Amino acid sequence: MTAAASTASAVSGAVESSASVIQSVDWVAVAPPTIVAVVGLAVLVTDLFLSERNKHLLGWISLAGLTAAGLFLLPLTDSHRSTFCLSGPRATACSYTVDEFTLVIQLLVIGGALLTALLSMTALKDARSTDKELPEGEFWFLLLSSAAGAALLPASRDLATLVVALEVASLPAFALVGLRRGDKRSSEAALKFFLSSVTATAVTLLGVSFVYAATGTMHLTELGEKLGNVDGQLDTLAQTGVVLTLVGFAFKVAAVPFHFWVPDTYVGAPLPVAAYLSVVGKAVGFTGLILVTVVAFPEYADVWGPALAALAALTMTAGNVAALRQRATRAYSAVRLLAWSSVGQAGYLLVPIAAAGYADQRSDVLEATGATVAYALMYAAVNLGAFAVAALVGRTQALNRVSDYRGLYARSPLSALVLAFFLLCLAGLPPGIIGLFAKVTVFSAAVDAGLGWLAVVMAANVVIALYYYLQWTALLFRAPQGEPVKHRVPAPLTVAIAVTAVLGVALSGAPQLVLQFAEQGVR
Amino acid sequence: MQFLLALIVVGPLIGAVAALLPAPPGLKGKSPDQAVLRHGVTVTGVILAAAIVLALGFDHDHPSKIQATTDISWIPALDVRIHLGIDGISLPLLVLTALLTFLCALYSYFKMPSGPSPKAFVALLLVLESGTLATFAVLDLLLFFLAFEMVLIPMYFLIARWGGAQRTQAAWKFILYTLLGSVVMLLGLLLIGLRAGTFDMVALATDNDRELSTSVQVIAVLAIGIGLAVKTPMWPLHSWLPDAHTAAPTVGSVLLAGVLLKMGTYGFVRILLPIAPDGMETFAPYLAAFAVVGIIYGSLACLALARPGAKGDLKRLIAYSSVGHMGFVLLGISTMTPTGVNGALFANIAHGLITGLLFFLVGALKDRTGSSDLDTLAKESGAALYGRAPRLGGLLAFGAVASLGLPGLAGFWGEMLALFGAFKPADELSRPAFLTFMAIAAFGTLLTAAYMLVVVRRVCMGPTAEPSGAPKLADVHGYEFAAWTPLVALTVLAGLWPAALLGLTDPAVQQLLAGGKS
Repeated sequence: MTAAASTASAVSGAVESSASVIQSVDWVAVAPPTIVAVVGLAVLVTDLFLSERNKHLLGWISLAGLTAAGLFLLPLTDSHRSTFCLSGPRATACSYTVDEFTLVIQLLVIGGALLTALLSMTALKDARSTDKELPEGEFWFLLLSSAAGAALLPASRDLATLVVALEVASLPAFALVGLRRGDKRSSEAALKFFLSSVTATAVTLLGVSFVYAATGTMHLTELGEKLGNVDGQLDTLAQTGVVLTLVGFAFKVAAVPFHFWVPDTYVGAPLPVAAYLSVVGKAVGFTGLILVTVVAFPEYADVWGPALAALAALTMTAGNVAALRQRATRAYSAVRLLAWSSVGQAGYLLVPIAAAGYADQRSDVLEATGATVAYALMYAAVNLGAFAVAALVGRTQALNRVSDYRGLYARSPLSALVLAFFLLCLAGLPPGIIGLFAKVTVFSAAVDAGLGWLAVVMAANVVIALYYYLQWTALLFRAPQGEPVKHRVPAPLTVAIAVTAVLGVALSGAPQLVLQFAEQGVR
Repeated sequence: MQFLLALIVVGPLIGAVAALLPAPPGLKGKSPDQAVLRHGVTVTGVILAAAIVLALGFDHDHPSKIQATTDISWIPALDVRIHLGIDGISLPLLVLTALLTFLCALYSYFKMPSGPSPKAFVALLLVLESGTLATFAVLDLLLFFLAFEMVLIPMYFLIARWGGAQRTQAAWKFILYTLLGSVVMLLGLLLIGLRAGTFDMVALATDNDRELSTSVQVIAVLAIGIGLAVKTPMWPLHSWLPDAHTAAPTVGSVLLAGVLLKMGTYGFVRILLPIAPDGMETFAPYLAAFAVVGIIYGSLACLALARPGAKGDLKRLIAYSSVGHMGFVLLGISTMTPTGVNGALFANIAHGLITGLLFFLVGALKDRTGSSDLDTLAKESGAALYGRAPRLGGLLAFGAVASLGLPGLAGFWGEMLALFGAFKPADELSRPAFLTFMAIAAFGTLLTAAYMLVVVRRVCMGPTAEPSGAPKLADVHGYEFAAWTPLVALTVLAGLWPAALLGLTDPAVQQLLAGGKS
């Protein structure tokens, strides 16, 4: 994957100047995604030499690798490094940049992957004891490769690396979704996901080639400068290219009309993978979207600003209305509800990016994208937590219906309280204070940009969403049907739930931790 | 002083967490249940003591000044500050809340409502107390919203887990109504905050060259007003209240009527009047009209419930009477005059004391007879409480006449001042309209008197020596005396010496209405 990045930059570099091809690589800067990728390969190889009994070691290796990658973010804080730069006179563009934005998103991705790994350990162990076995070596390899791609994406600063990173993040995800052997739903979900995703990627590539044809550069910063003075004849080509490029990213964030794959894919995939897709998959899409719109295409803000605003309104409405229509007794309705709610949340995440299209000053743009980042961080912690509790309930209630959560409080009070907290955070109600304030920042971003109508649509959606989140929350505390049966909670799952809960509570006590990004912007 | 106020707000929360932990050695008591109920009494008692000390230490010469302030930055990104403070408007409500919660904890110590473990009950009660106290103490719009929401969850569970028949539906209706209302309110608060650039109530109230245009104020008042009106409750947004009161346990009803409803009217006085006076002016006639309809509607509903054969529930009846009483409060506020607003604040406190007492009494009656249904209680001729339990009957009659506004008791002054305010409303408002409202509201007092007297006649009077031999009822117990005496005493005190309360509220109200200039 690093190789891919370097080739990509080398190719585009070669186009720009035929100067020296040999570059020095800033290994510290590229360490986090590289470690994840290397550990992924190591897991794949180790799998060959491990007996069936010792397969569980792979999970621990992956966890250690992700933790190490996370630790390698530490030396990068407060630094602004670039590598894989164009060489030659007056060349400033780089393909890989580490700044605050990169680090925050990498933290989100690696943290999300880590929590997914914790959920997966239990899921794989449970799968081992049943006949629906999941191949462990492949699972961990795919998860880590996808995470490596996702971690590369926020750092990439040219279109080729961006697309490569996007595909490195997505391709393993298709396989992860379809990994359950002999499960019809799983393979169908994977196929659905694959076909719609590949179409979107093809469209993006077409758009990228148009943009390249019109400007002669791949680097985002250079694009930002050159798109402003495109030759009159190529103007249409450039515009088409911009729109087509955005389509691909709209798919990744599951914006309308590319949202139909979400519920079926989440239901068909193993639950940890669904959690991963809902958080890391979305983060990837949003990062790409921010980079492309704000860094590369600011010249076309009058095109993508209104387009994204409309997408945001449609996406949140579609997601929330569909979630509202879920019947609690349908099979897998809990996962379906979370899937639709994640579509609705994606709509909120789009709002500040759309607002950035209306901003006059650079600082306003930074504040707007910062609001998206802050919301994404909140959403990541809380949504992973909700999936973790869903995974816990799914162990005993295989159908994972919303009605199975009735009386969860009587069965396991702590997980019920925690799930209630997560749902209230998603709804944006106290005591989920962080959810409330994250929504307020998104809301104020819309108001500041003069998008009053979008703020009103958002408010209406928050009210719709309140109803189903609240109904589910109230269900947790109803009297249970039948005798409550206590189950032992596996340790990794406990850790995952505890970590997300602590994060949620800590952020509720000190919302400034994430909201500072909305105040100062992510630089 | 500011530590005292911070303790009053945070103390119950810490107490709530402590209630969930096992009791430390030495405080185990006779049983875990008894220990945790005693813990509840202790914590609320400490908070009450702190509130009394705060009231004594309050600078009574300058009640319009915000005192005991704490001002810490919490979320710089949104400019949200932990800003606490009290003045003559919030102090009485703060003390009332602390008092009522303490009395409720005391009452529950001896008479725990039937339901699941008292541990959760005490914890929820304390969270509820913290939320209500915070609502009256915070001076930041977003914190106000947080505190306003904080009471919903404990109240939901108090109704849904310790309530009577139909409790699940009633609790769901309660939370749905108030939540939807408060989300609308949040939008209004955000509108004000984002447009004016600050969420600080004091800054907003004293900022005389406001950046808030009239149209913004109108929208904000509409949004915030709806949220507050659901809570108050104003007709026609009241329909959650009778259900919630009927289903709630005694303690829940007392706190709901005595404290929670006041949060709505307090918001009108604290937020809408000073911050958006232009918007308030636009809506004041409508608010007054709805208030007056509420007065008449509440009284008529009570009269219908009090009729023989109507199967009227006493708790439901008192709930409807609350709609009427809160109508007077809203009428007072809508006049936008010092007289009217003072009357509203006085009526607020009086309603808290009297209705709290009435719910206690009806709860006790229901515990003794197993029913609060008026027809079951009274049969054909009357329940004859005077004969069967003279002290209980006497207290009930006392509560009823206080509620109908007998001069010399607390209920009288607030309603009279509200009517006075309507007689001469603020200059910008239409006087003929308000004179009409005043006349209708005055007619409402007559109706109130009518149904209250019907209730007294049917519940307290009647032949003692019934042929069927009605069982003798236990008269007032010691703990009930302890819980009710303060309410009775304060009702009499506020009725005979209204200046004690008005002296506190009046300067603060004058300043609020004058846009921060005293």
